[in-house]
Amino acid sequence: MRLEARGEVSRFMLVVAPFAAVAFTLLVSSLFVAWAGAPLGRTYALILDGGFGSRFAWSETLTRATPLILTGLSAAVAFRARFYNIGAEGQLYAGALAAVAVGGLHGGTGFAAHPALLFPMMMAAAMLAGALLLLVPALLRTRLGVDEVVTTLLLNFIVLLFVSMLLEGPMKDPAAMGWPQSVALGDDLQLGKLIERTRVHTGLLWAVALAALLWAIFKYSTFGFAVRAVGANPRGAAFVGVPVQWTMIAVALISGALAGLAGAIEVAGRTGYVTLDMSPGYGFSGIVIAMLAGLNPLAVVAAAVFIASVLVGADSMSRGVAVPTYIAEVIVAISLLSMLVATTFARYRLRWH
Amino acid sequence: MLLDILQVLGNADFWAAVLRIATPLIFGTLGVLLCERAGVLNLGIEGIMVAGALAGWLAVYLGGSLWVGVIVAALTGAAFGLLHAFLTVPLALSQHVAGLGITLFATSVSYYAYRVSFPNVASPPTIEPFAEMAGLGIPILAKQTPLTLLALTCVPLLAWVLYRTPVGLAVRMVGENPAAAEGQGLDVNVVRTGAIVAGSALMGVAGAFLTLSAFNAFFFNMVNGRGWICVALVVFASWRPGKALLGALLFAFFDALQLRLQQGSDGFPYQVYLMLPYALSILALVLVARRAAYPQALMKPYRKGER
Repeated sequence: MRLEARGEVSRFMLVVAPFAAVAFTLLVSSLFVAWAGAPLGRTYALILDGGFGSRFAWSETLTRATPLILTGLSAAVAFRARFYNIGAEGQLYAGALAAVAVGGLHGGTGFAAHPALLFPMMMAAAMLAGALLLLVPALLRTRLGVDEVVTTLLLNFIVLLFVSMLLEGPMKDPAAMGWPQSVALGDDLQLGKLIERTRVHTGLLWAVALAALLWAIFKYSTFGFAVRAVGANPRGAAFVGVPVQWTMIAVALISGALAGLAGAIEVAGRTGYVTLDMSPGYGFSGIVIAMLAGLNPLAVVAAAVFIASVLVGADSMSRGVAVPTYIAEVIVAISLLSMLVATTFARYRLRWH
Repeated sequence: MLLDILQVLGNADFWAAVLRIATPLIFGTLGVLLCERAGVLNLGIEGIMVAGALAGWLAVYLGGSLWVGVIVAALTGAAFGLLHAFLTVPLALSQHVAGLGITLFATSVSYYAYRVSFPNVASPPTIEPFAEMAGLGIPILAKQTPLTLLALTCVPLLAWVLYRTPVGLAVRMVGENPAAAEGQGLDVNVVRTGAIVAGSALMGVAGAFLTLSAFNAFFFNMVNGRGWICVALVVFASWRPGKALLGALLFAFFDALQLRLQQGSDGFPYQVYLMLPYALSILALVLVARRAAYPQALMKPYRKGER
């Protein structure tokens, strides 16, 4: 069994591939739903309805999509340079902590700065925290050749324990009745609502704007070209004068900053404080989203909305039929694998001898 | 503090704990080692361990014997390994991304399967796990279960296979120089697939140790990064089975030590102790980075006739 490049990659194949992947995902997921003994049509209808079926469903999906767009962009930027940042989960928490450290009501007072000054400081601190956290693996990779996958993965655990330590210690909210929860952000630092009487906040606009900005950078700037060159062929890139190490470090800083910002925006837009369960794996979902989007920043927005709708829809579905909510993660994982396979088959064909 | 440490080190129970903590890491590290020696990174280990833990436990819960559970776990690992091999060997997808995809898939399927099987349970159902081999009469080994003995046996076995048999030579060849292996008449894809499947079976058993020996039930998040630690240990071990055993024992030593020290400390944040194993793994990677002897074809897909 081996691959053979198709002489000419047709646009038709490239367009059909994602649809084939979705169809295959639904087919395999159906087996899992059937195993739980639930009616197929009704289960899917409930997921769809819970994700998009009403004003409330839409608002929940968009709320969930906001951090996912940012972690998706974080992964997309890094993966373009083949810098495998699997630590977005930790960077998200680092950003959330930094945001609360700057803008939190420590002892009921907080920093004595005007909100117009404090808000940008808070966001900058979050981005800096995420970026610095990823700088360590990036330097280890570029200076010593330590594979960044394992270091970023392991840093996630360290950061979560660090968060847990702070939430039980210096950053604990004394009013939280023993729940490990950080002090809250001041009211004037929280993001405004985008739609009345829903949880959708203006963080969504930030996320979409950043996606557009990154798209433009990748398409039109020399930096975007350098990133693609480093990802495609580092030796070739160095040969034509691209500073490979610097590009990789810059990519790491941007990727970490985006994940850190995701944490800050979650705190400022949704929760108001940091808890240990504020992110149900947004950092890891970001990788799936980036891959589904083919590492294209604009497509990341669409992929994030899709994944968010599955997660939100599965939550509401499980209240109607006896299918565990873990079906959402199963669907997400299968869609990642089938998307990878489908895009490969669009470019190559399999020969059996 | 120093006195505390000395007191802990003189305790036979402590050394028994070291060996117990090391067992899943030995299986897992050998599994990763086998895959990487054939030139393929397998980041699916974290999820494959979860799947092995659940499948092995479920087989026993449904009436199988403990050894049937171990075999089921190995087969489950092998099945996910076959999927990983399909994605990375003939399809030549990014080994990083495919491995993470396998971890997500195996983990979510396991959690889903557990919830489908036990929709509402207050406390996790339990099985009767492997018993300690008290009859063995050797001080620290007598405190272990047969799975630990199996893990310790696997180390020289894998070393023998890798360095003394034609199969092992084939595995090392496709991991170092696939084109040369092809020239010798080997089918690179078949050898790599075989190595990934066998390595993933070991990862499945690593998971099963948690549910069939260390504990008696399946918990969510029970693997908790052990798979990633195995990936780090393989680099630390320079891809050698003997050093992998050493690395796993060294790691388990520090893990057991932090557990003991954690119990004796008042007021000091226990999270710092829990961070140590992960921090140590990163440190180990940094220490060996300069002289890491990566298999030459690691993460390089092989296509016939291409250079």
